[in-house]
Amino acid sequence: MTANDSSPHHLQLTRDGQLRHFLTLDGLNRALLTDILDTADSFIEVGERTIKKVPLLRGRTVVNLFFESSTRTRSTFELAAKRLSADVLNLDISTSATSKGESLSDTLLNLEAMASDMFVVRHSQSGAPHFIAESVTPGVAIINAGDGRHAHPTQAMLDMLTIRQKKGQFEGLKVAIVGDVLHSRVARSQIRALNELGAGEVRIIAPGTLLPKDVESLGCKVEYDMTRGMKDLDVVIMLRLQKERMEGALLPSEREFYRLYGLNQQKLALAHPDCIVMHPGPINRGVEIESAVADGPQSVILNQVTNGIAIRMAVMSMAMGGQVAERQQKLSERGQA
Amino acid sequence: MTSVNTSGSSLKITGGRLFDGYSEERDNTALLIRDGRIAAIGEAAAREDADEIIHAGNSVISPGFVDLCCNLREPGNGQKGNIASETLAAAHGGFTTVCASPETSPVNDSSAVTHLIRDGAASRSPIRVLPVGAITRGLEGDLLSDMAGLAAAGCVAVGNGSRGVRNARILRRCMAYAQTFGLTVMFSPENQALAADGYAHDGLVTSRLGLLGIPEVAETAAVMEMLLLAEETGVRLHLSQLSCGRSVEMLRDARRRGIAVTADVALHQLVFTEDALAGFDSRFHVRPPLRSESDRKALIAGVRDGVIDAIVSQHQPHDTAAKQAPMAATEPGLSSIESVLSLGLELVEMNELALPDLIRALTTGPAAVLGRTARLEEGETADICLFDPDAFWTPDSKTLVSAGRHAPVTHRELPGVVRLTLSEGRKAWPQTAG
Amino acid sequence: MTALLDIDQLLDQMEGGLRQVLEQRGIESPVLIGIRTGGVWLADVLSKRLGTEEPFGELDISFYRDDFSRIGLNPRVKPSSLPFDTEGRDIILIDDVIMSGRTIRAAMNEIFDYGRPASIILATLIDLGARELPIQPDVTGRALALESHQRVKLRGPDPLRVELQEAGQ
Repeated sequence: MTANDSSPHHLQLTRDGQLRHFLTLDGLNRALLTDILDTADSFIEVGERTIKKVPLLRGRTVVNLFFESSTRTRSTFELAAKRLSADVLNLDISTSATSKGESLSDTLLNLEAMASDMFVVRHSQSGAPHFIAESVTPGVAIINAGDGRHAHPTQAMLDMLTIRQKKGQFEGLKVAIVGDVLHSRVARSQIRALNELGAGEVRIIAPGTLLPKDVESLGCKVEYDMTRGMKDLDVVIMLRLQKERMEGALLPSEREFYRLYGLNQQKLALAHPDCIVMHPGPINRGVEIESAVADGPQSVILNQVTNGIAIRMAVMSMAMGGQVAERQQKLSERGQA
Repeated sequence: MTSVNTSGSSLKITGGRLFDGYSEERDNTALLIRDGRIAAIGEAAAREDADEIIHAGNSVISPGFVDLCCNLREPGNGQKGNIASETLAAAHGGFTTVCASPETSPVNDSSAVTHLIRDGAASRSPIRVLPVGAITRGLEGDLLSDMAGLAAAGCVAVGNGSRGVRNARILRRCMAYAQTFGLTVMFSPENQALAADGYAHDGLVTSRLGLLGIPEVAETAAVMEMLLLAEETGVRLHLSQLSCGRSVEMLRDARRRGIAVTADVALHQLVFTEDALAGFDSRFHVRPPLRSESDRKALIAGVRDGVIDAIVSQHQPHDTAAKQAPMAATEPGLSSIESVLSLGLELVEMNELALPDLIRALTTGPAAVLGRTARLEEGETADICLFDPDAFWTPDSKTLVSAGRHAPVTHRELPGVVRLTLSEGRKAWPQTAG
Repeated sequence: MTALLDIDQLLDQMEGGLRQVLEQRGIESPVLIGIRTGGVWLADVLSKRLGTEEPFGELDISFYRDDFSRIGLNPRVKPSSLPFDTEGRDIILIDDVIMSGRTIRAAMNEIFDYGRPASIILATLIDLGARELPIQPDVTGRALALESHQRVKLRGPDPLRVELQEAGQ
């Protein structure tokens, strides 16, 4: 029995199916994901102009609410918001309020008093942006910038944009995600996006200790042997391996992991000759990927970074747009009533 | 507690359907209550006159429900409830006896705390409160508590609440010591190392939502270990709040081998599954976690065939802040005691459970675990619940009594309205003014 | 009932008007920019008629609209494409219909984000009046005063035609 219907996709869409929060890719259909990619394409063009700025979010305040610090992700969100002409406030909560014992709810109340229009949230606990979206005042958009092991939807979408640029479409593509899927919010979002967009096959290549329970139910095949897993690949996505994984008996050593699951030129040669290599960054050279591959002709890692700004501009403007459209709709309904 | 029926006055219930876990349903009979006891039943009762007569109509008359696991939050800081608020909630749910979990603040690991609970209950509870003592000091799982002293002070069993014991060696010594005094031990089987920092069933939903999982084997490995240790020490073991289908199987085998083991399941485990967490609904952060549909089915089958003796509320009232956070940061537990009957009746409605099985698991089953009885016969204590299974109520802030507002179902109609709860012949619910 | 306006006549009018303005101002090599979607079709036709050498530009003003705070983002936004440097150039901005003037304001804001043009000439196929901003076309195919139940719509790209629709028809 399901206890309720407050599932994430009801929360993040308006009644007529527009985005109003961006929390997870669960429940977003192919048409909407394609809209996000198309809108991002337009923002890529904006990024090539002399003045790389459009007035969409002029006068609106975007708060980067990072409960877990990440300079890189925060910077791309900040740049994206600024290119949309928003005012940006960066709050690194990991070092302030909540660590002094203030609850998340209390932190939010304080921030709302600043009349913000959007929170970009990164949090170490799965579901935190969802919780915030449920408790903020209507009209405030929540963008998930990574929560626990749950989702990192903007990262997955920038990866999809990169794949579409390089491969044209998703149909029939064979894609592998290699490494620590268990702890990876990125992998969960990527698997979901690839399935919804119609990729031919999604393979997970990892040892048993780095796989979530029943991972196949997410829509992927499991392959323990990387040399077998690389066969016929169009896209290989390497995941970052945290050093902490050597503790707690998940892996014996970086050396053994690199030997079995690190991407080098020999292994890449087993894939399609035009297979692209992706990595969400920051890269651990010599742990999950060889420098010659990371910097090689098949690597699209830097394209991913550029696309990250466009995707974030797209998602922020679409979610803000959904919020304002919904508010207008409610006002006019109230006017009629 | 003020009550209408002072001892000496009499009450007669006529009509209704009489159920207890011992005999067949008896319809359209009469029940006479005098001096806190059932004075007469059937023809004999029908002939007698009484100070007050209640017509039961189509309602069910059953023994008052017995809860083996309830958190009254007293002693405590009061934010999550207290003896008065939570025992009244229990009476609203049809319960006349609740075992008070040792997880209080301070922990019930000394006769002083046990007395505090009993004194509080004597003056402020409309129903019977039976304390369960902590089997280890401070529930820390390291050192034995003064079990004999706790029993002498009135603890009906000893256990470790929802917390684990450090290791198998300490567990074995807990059992051996408790066995010395013939005490029943109550344990929630959970292997701490395997559960680690998990808070949800390791399965489809945790994989998708990236929640930290508690694998099924965290429970089943502990069940197996406890069964073997109970067999060896000869202690009377009660397994609290099973959540896995495999645990039921192991329990069934152990019983077949003659091990003195009983078990209970929280009602929400029979109704909800891991899917309840799909929207990150922190209310359903419970421990043990809600598991898969096949586990739910196996637990129901266990209740049906009696391998699981009792259904408990595992009532855990919280202040709002404890439940309003991302799931990992919330405290586990539902405020459940007022909806046990109603959710159970929904299972009856869906033909998953028969009404007599439900009533048995709420009355005679748990009573037997405590070495007590709960039957509707002449001379028995008048602990009675009268409920209308065909009437509806909506749990919300107006109807719920508990200090905990996180009931499993709110703002939806549920079947089963408790019309009357009698504890030793006194009206525990509804509360009348004066 | 749907009536058709003679598109060739309107285009002749636009072409003639543009040649005249260009000559008056002494502009020899203008670049054309059409506003999506009708303006792009017209830019295609007019660039051939005027014989401009450079490819024309396409402008999607979705990111510059002033009604974002009322209706949100246009979900069908496409990238703008200006295949030339606008800095110091003479631009002919083309749209199908001008009414409030808001679209043109948005388009000019967008053009300025590419660089500072020397001049902008505005050419529209139909001028419906009802202006809300002080913006006037330099060249118009035809001015039309519509009744409240009438709508005008450019269809295309091949063949281009202008429909005058009666509401409720």
